[in-house]
Amino acid sequence: MKIILYIIQKEFKQIFRNKGMLPIIFVLPLIQLIILSNAATFEVKNIKFGFIDNDRTSTSRALVQKFNASTYFDVSTDFPSEVLASSAMLKREVDVILEIPHYLERDLQKEKHINLGVTINAIDGAAAGVENVYVTQIIQNFSKHLKVDLLQPSDKQVQPINIETIPLFWYNETLNYKTFMVPGILVLLVTMITLFLSGMNIVREKEIGTLEQINVTPIKKNQFIIGKLFPFWVLGMTLLTIGLIIAKLIFDVPMVGSLLLMYLYTSIYILVVLGIGLFISNFTETQQQAMFIAWFFIVIFILMSGLFTPIESMPKWAQVITEFNPIKYFVEVMRMVMLKGSGFIDIFPQLIKTLLYAFIMNGLAVWSYKKTN
Amino acid sequence: MKRFIGFIKKEFYHIFRDRRSLFILFGMPIAQILLFGFAITNEINNVDIAILDHSKDATTKEIINRIAASKYFSIKQMVTHEANIASVFQKGHVKAVLNFEKDFSKNLIKDHKATVQIIADATDPNTANTISNYVNAILQQYQKELNKDITIVYQIVPETRMVYNPELKSVYMFVPGVMTIILMLVSAMMTSISITREKELGTMEILLVSPLKPFQVIIGKVFPYIFLSIINAVVIVMLSIFIFNMPVQGSLFLLALESVLFIISALALGILISTISATQQTAMMISLMGLMLPVILLSGFIFPISSMPLPLQVISNIIPAKWFIIIIKGIMLKGVGLQFVWKETLILLGMTVFFIALSVKKYKIRLE
Repeated sequence: MKIILYIIQKEFKQIFRNKGMLPIIFVLPLIQLIILSNAATFEVKNIKFGFIDNDRTSTSRALVQKFNASTYFDVSTDFPSEVLASSAMLKREVDVILEIPHYLERDLQKEKHINLGVTINAIDGAAAGVENVYVTQIIQNFSKHLKVDLLQPSDKQVQPINIETIPLFWYNETLNYKTFMVPGILVLLVTMITLFLSGMNIVREKEIGTLEQINVTPIKKNQFIIGKLFPFWVLGMTLLTIGLIIAKLIFDVPMVGSLLLMYLYTSIYILVVLGIGLFISNFTETQQQAMFIAWFFIVIFILMSGLFTPIESMPKWAQVITEFNPIKYFVEVMRMVMLKGSGFIDIFPQLIKTLLYAFIMNGLAVWSYKKTN
Repeated sequence: MKRFIGFIKKEFYHIFRDRRSLFILFGMPIAQILLFGFAITNEINNVDIAILDHSKDATTKEIINRIAASKYFSIKQMVTHEANIASVFQKGHVKAVLNFEKDFSKNLIKDHKATVQIIADATDPNTANTISNYVNAILQQYQKELNKDITIVYQIVPETRMVYNPELKSVYMFVPGVMTIILMLVSAMMTSISITREKELGTMEILLVSPLKPFQVIIGKVFPYIFLSIINAVVIVMLSIFIFNMPVQGSLFLLALESVLFIISALALGILISTISATQQTAMMISLMGLMLPVILLSGFIFPISSMPLPLQVISNIIPAKWFIIIIKGIMLKGVGLQFVWKETLILLGMTVFFIALSVKKYKIRLE
């Protein structure tokens, strides 16, 4: 026990002595949390809207006015021709172009059916889908009101069937992305810091040559690993705590469920990450290799965590891969406990899987640390 | 010049001798682009939903069948009571519950109106919103069929044309992004490590006392990595064309030139990082911790920049990756030429020059 304490003491001293690293460990992640959480939004707003009005009647102007009035659309440009409009789209000056045909008003009265041309820049397919919904809604609304204004006595009115849908957004009524992204980004930052630090740790001693000095001491393998693990575990938990305080104070993120449960889960989760890091560290020969491998896994962990894109939409084989992604479990648990108030029983499967994962990774870390060459 | 060539040779030897790093360097980007190209999508498929049907009549059955038949949803379970919805959500699999009101068919016939609630688990706001839109679309379609005998007066129908990506594939969005992230991080990481490594091992002193000029040392260090990154870029572009069917509407030559420019700017950033950090550890932490999330979040790779708050839109301008993503999307998907992306190109060029100038200025030719 005493031996472990000495190793822990040594590790802490090394962390706090490296003045260049301290701000990277403690300040950089928190600044990123505060700034970047605002960036992660799929909301589509400030859509750059342009129109070509070939009709120029009160009806067509009223339609354009509807778009101007909408909060989603921004900077309405009046294009004299289609050529100019397409070239503006190439230059990214406009996202959506509405083309109003000649004789809109006249044909409406005569034929009662009109097609409007809508062109959407669809490189970002998801955003284009949402833009399409907005455009359709505005036009439908407009034509509904037209019925009242232009209705002639000869038009007999039959009431159509109407299935009304009422969307209810539970746990996050305003669809606020921050409630969801702030804790998520916090997890990413804590994971990155702890994985990189632990991943570089042992291999650094290898490179400098101090590992041999430790190898000739009576320190046992598991003592060594525990001694290496603990300081980073404390560091990760500290960072998470500061991050949660920021989440509460600055972003007012709701914390519905038990905070204790969240901490219980996190304490196991960080062990998984550290186990992976130490395993990488033992397995590699230089810090460079260790970092490349850590980078490889962290990018996969981040992009396949379900934080930015839904896991259910991935192909089956990719979903199987995500089963090995610790961040995925953390994101799930965080959403469940903090936002929905799920209890111990609900997160039990994730808890068990994470615990198992922690045992395997740390077992591998102990196993792969060889005291003799 | 001969000395310089000798120096570059040394660098190549260093790289090729470390087989494991080399394998990682080329293997990882390929693995990542394949994985992400197939796996990452923000389309919605097979989302688990539950049904709470208070009427259980012919109309609700028909609607449920239609929803079950769509590829977006799979019906996971039936809920019997409102009180159970919360516990269903708390288990975490079901993302939405459709709640049909009592006497659905009857109300439709009598009042021409019936209501269905879409209760979505909005802890993931994007999925919740998309689910609501898709369910709505299915119901609208059904409603239209019910109403087909009634001519509705004054119909304005938008005919939407999705340009540059008619099938709304998210691959078109993600492949350029992944390519940018890989090039950016690998390039910046490689140079920053290779220079600080010499510092840490003490061999930098030997280079400093050699007749090589400081900028020759830097260029000699970077040159092999330009070469490696270009190979990486070529492999990635080939994969995106042949495996993900990304079109290259514009000029391949321009795409190559822009990629080289971006690689050089990322490498220059790596040099800058190495000049301000003393150890490999610091260099790596800056290039990984400092670059990874900003590049992923502020480059427009996943999240649309135009929807961000104004200060962040301003900050996003200093991310080189943002400009490169605009350029490659322009060339590959829109088929634009230099006359449409000269501004972005100029910005990238300016950044590169700035990084290089700053690192030459910061580069210490003396020991502490």
